[in-house]
Amino acid sequence: MPFDPSALTLEMLTAVLGLGVLILGLIVPKGSRHGLGWVSFLGLLGIIGVAVALWGDNRELLDGMYLVDNYALFWKITFLLSAALVILGCMRYVDSIGDQAEYYSITIFATLGMMVMASAGDFITLYLGLELMTISFIILVCFRKLEAKSVESGIKYILLAGMSSAVLLYGLSLLYGLTGSVIMLDVSRIVAMQPVSPALVLAVVMLVAGLGFKISAVPFHMWSPDVYEGAPTPVTAFLAVGSKAASFAILLRLFIAGLPGIWENWAMVIAILAAVTIIVGNLVAIPQTNIKRLLAYSSIAQAGYIMVGLVTATEAGIKGVMFYAFLYVFATVGAFTVAAYFYNITGSDELKDYAGLSQRSPLMAAVMLVAMLSMAGIPPLAGFVGKFYLFKTIVDGYLWLVFIGLIMSMVSVYYYLRVALVMYRDEPIDATPISVSSPVAVTLIVTMIATLIIGVYPGPLSEVVNNAAHTFFLH
Amino acid sequence: MLVEFAMQHAWLVPLLPACAFVVIVFLTRPWQKLSAIVAVGSMAMSCVIATLAAYGIFTNHEYIEKPLVYATRWFSLGLPGMPDLLVEVGVQLDPVSAMMMFMVSFIATFIYLYSIGYMEGEEGFSVFFSYLSLFGASMLLLVISSNLLQMFIAWELVGLCSYLLIGFYTHKVSAREAAKKAFVTCRIADFGLLLGLLSLQIIFGTLNLVELSDKIAHFEEYTTFGMITLIAVLVFIGPIGKSGQFPLHVWLPDAMEGPTPVSALIHAATMVVAGVYLVARTMFLFHEVPSAMQLVAVTGGFTAFFAATIAITQREIKRILAYSTVSQIGYMMLALGVGSLSAGLFHMWTHAFFKALMFLGAGSVLHALHHKADVWEMGGLVKKMPITAWTFVVGGLAIAGIPPFAGFWSKDEILVAALGGGHYVLFALAAFTAFLTAFYMWRMIFLAFFGEENPENHPHESPWVMTLPLVVLAAGAISVGWLGTPWHNIWGEWIRFGHPHHGPINYGAMIGSIVLAAAGIYLAYTLYLKDAKKKRARRMAEWFGPVYRMLYNKYYIDELYLWFNHALVDGTARLFYLFDIYVVDGIVNGIGAFARFSGDGLRVFQSGRLQNYVLVFFLGVLAVAVLMAFSGPSATSLLLGGVK
Repeated sequence: MPFDPSALTLEMLTAVLGLGVLILGLIVPKGSRHGLGWVSFLGLLGIIGVAVALWGDNRELLDGMYLVDNYALFWKITFLLSAALVILGCMRYVDSIGDQAEYYSITIFATLGMMVMASAGDFITLYLGLELMTISFIILVCFRKLEAKSVESGIKYILLAGMSSAVLLYGLSLLYGLTGSVIMLDVSRIVAMQPVSPALVLAVVMLVAGLGFKISAVPFHMWSPDVYEGAPTPVTAFLAVGSKAASFAILLRLFIAGLPGIWENWAMVIAILAAVTIIVGNLVAIPQTNIKRLLAYSSIAQAGYIMVGLVTATEAGIKGVMFYAFLYVFATVGAFTVAAYFYNITGSDELKDYAGLSQRSPLMAAVMLVAMLSMAGIPPLAGFVGKFYLFKTIVDGYLWLVFIGLIMSMVSVYYYLRVALVMYRDEPIDATPISVSSPVAVTLIVTMIATLIIGVYPGPLSEVVNNAAHTFFLH
Repeated sequence: MLVEFAMQHAWLVPLLPACAFVVIVFLTRPWQKLSAIVAVGSMAMSCVIATLAAYGIFTNHEYIEKPLVYATRWFSLGLPGMPDLLVEVGVQLDPVSAMMMFMVSFIATFIYLYSIGYMEGEEGFSVFFSYLSLFGASMLLLVISSNLLQMFIAWELVGLCSYLLIGFYTHKVSAREAAKKAFVTCRIADFGLLLGLLSLQIIFGTLNLVELSDKIAHFEEYTTFGMITLIAVLVFIGPIGKSGQFPLHVWLPDAMEGPTPVSALIHAATMVVAGVYLVARTMFLFHEVPSAMQLVAVTGGFTAFFAATIAITQREIKRILAYSTVSQIGYMMLALGVGSLSAGLFHMWTHAFFKALMFLGAGSVLHALHHKADVWEMGGLVKKMPITAWTFVVGGLAIAGIPPFAGFWSKDEILVAALGGGHYVLFALAAFTAFLTAFYMWRMIFLAFFGEENPENHPHESPWVMTLPLVVLAAGAISVGWLGTPWHNIWGEWIRFGHPHHGPINYGAMIGSIVLAAAGIYLAYTLYLKDAKKKRARRMAEWFGPVYRMLYNKYYIDELYLWFNHALVDGTARLFYLFDIYVVDGIVNGIGAFARFSGDGLRVFQSGRLQNYVLVFFLGVLAVAVLMAFSGPSATSLLLGGVK
């Protein structure tokens, strides 16, 4: 099969954009570099446009090393969209740090890494994408390099990420050793023919641990609260959304496309991990007093919900994962953008300083509230529909997990609404109104409206996701 | 062309006021006049579209049997082990909904206009118009819904608007209390309705009106007669609350705490008749269950009589009108219950005009007298407020049932329907209520507008934005009944359930009802106008002392409910409270404490030390490995070292 570079249009465009921003940063004088944010944002929007136009292009490249299908494309759109929203919401924040060119181009390279992951059909490509993303994130996490907290979390992240990569690689090499192939579709065929060996089980354990780290599933989640807290808030947002979504994209590929033959072996483990993640994430979120740590634990719990979709390894489950990941982008970016902007104005991430936010900035309080309620799964917001699609898949066979999910959702309402209570009931200590600058306001309004619309009218998105999930099994 | 467009785009009718609501809330709130223009303009546009669409429906006989339905999928759910649930949003246009759509948008337009004058200078002027727009949107959505779920959503939305608007004067305790009472009472009823709708969905698998009517026509294939009876009764509980029928009528008179345009629009012409409309829409259900029809008829007839007796003794102008509304809706229910959808909706149609007219007239009076509401303190207003007074008189003639005014024709239809169906007791009750209606309405008119002027009052006629709607509605109150005269009943041709009814013209009932109405007016005249000192009226009240007091206190129903609440609900609540404190709270706090405790406990691991994190990570790997070894089919193979 001849190599057709047109299948890599999106990846090439993104790489060009990243490099372009970097070069522009060298040319443009320091004072006017804040325009780079707009260049990156509009560039990403353009790439999203191209991506939408490419919908329906399903093929394999290099005998399955690179898979181009609607499934990958949907994830790519999700990554690009979250990168665009994060960039739109954080321009002022980045201007206050400086080094805009590096910041934006590394964000774009992280996005590129995620896109490669979504399309990866073999272990090498997968690992390349993963490391591109991870290393970009390491740089971003310690971007405020003069601040001890930021640097500390960067060091933590690099060490722990390295360790998890090692574990993942170990798992992948075991698989290669057992099957003699790095291409997932071949691995799938060979695994199905062989009897289940302990080495194979060990490989699966390593894969679960390595990717579990990325999605911050309990007990591989320890890094995330510390890193989330220390990193610059927009980076945290992107880390919580993009890195997690990309890891889910690859998790689905690896397990459902690569290891469906031994589904019975890993399904129960994933179910138990999902349950533990949901429980621990929600319980530890309760005593948190720092908004970023609270959101970190909440995002651990959210990862637990998403893992539920993996358990049955069906099209409906994949659909649930993709649907939830997509809506999760809006809720998370909305909440973190509020946190970032709030930090910009007040220099605080503490929950108690959010007192009376509804009087100081009704928009910010409303967005935070909608994001929180959506994450808690209150209808008619998007989170409710997403959770419904996810849990619907496991009603048969894993009813206990459904109950855990529902009960812990109820528990989560407690700490989500505590934020609402502080914002709406308490009197502000400092009552000066916060005026929201227009790019941030646009981000906030987009996230809020998207959360509402997906919740009230999930039909169109659900159809798109159905289609994407369907192409997953065509290879 | 235009008509075709309007029929295909009838969804614009509720959408325009909804947009007005959004625009007013988010954009034009600081500019009062602009907000009012947005609200009135959008409703007027809706009215134009509704009129065109109604014209289209009423020029094609096919739509009577085959409604024009278009719907789009809202969402669908597939659950394992259950049939797929498909929920649509859609529009159903047939003569019934077209008539209602026209009526609501037409009356709403004029009441919005009137509100500009009435609410002038009030605090929250723009907010008021945003609520009104939201109400208009919800009500029109309710009317054109093609399925019961959508209707239920709109049903709750109008309830919400009603709550917001009754309690509009938030500084008044009584307004807040009335709003709460309305909301709670209606919620109780809506729960019944919700149960009914859920049962319908579960048994028949759809809430789509057209499909339901097909399926219920042979319900034996799906369920038992007992179940369908239960469903009909549950569904009817909703209208009992929303339309203020006995025993849930208590909220409606209190709802008069809201601004008068609200009383006219929501609590006279549109929302409170939503119950009648719902019963009419689900007639296919009630039709199958004679006992449910009987229940509707008896509830209606009794409420009509019951509320009329209370109205005789009330003193506040809007309260009298409120009880009269309850009573008139009773008539409509009675008509539906004896099987004449045509007569019930005809009375709804005429009532909307003359009752909105009378409420707006009352509003005009209150506006002039600075909210002095007691009719005994008015008197002689006709000299200073001629337009208000004479349009009010038109309304009075219409509601009393004097030909050729609108109310006569529709009330006559109901009486004939009751008689024709062999419901003699209900007929007698309705006829006597007609007498009472004429009496208490004219008592109010003579006391307020005629006789001697009260020197303390300095009334003045209202501005044109208020009198224009009065004149338009008065014209309606005279003429809208001509659609359904017994000699040429156009109304019955179009709006009906089953075949059109062509009975012989019952001149006896017609003349009888005129005589009763005239007698009622004459009695009011002798008691309250001819006898300037009202000696006889007072003497009557003394003679019938206990009865009078009972009526004046509305049969002590509020007190009864209050006592019931105190004794039973509070008592049980106290019991539950103890249970709650010691048992439920114990459990909940226990769980909460456990959650907190375990949260804190788990936090200990989060030491910030990297070595610990790595340790936990690898312990995790180990745990997963053990888990995998002991779960699933691999367990044996792992333990046996791969030997099968």
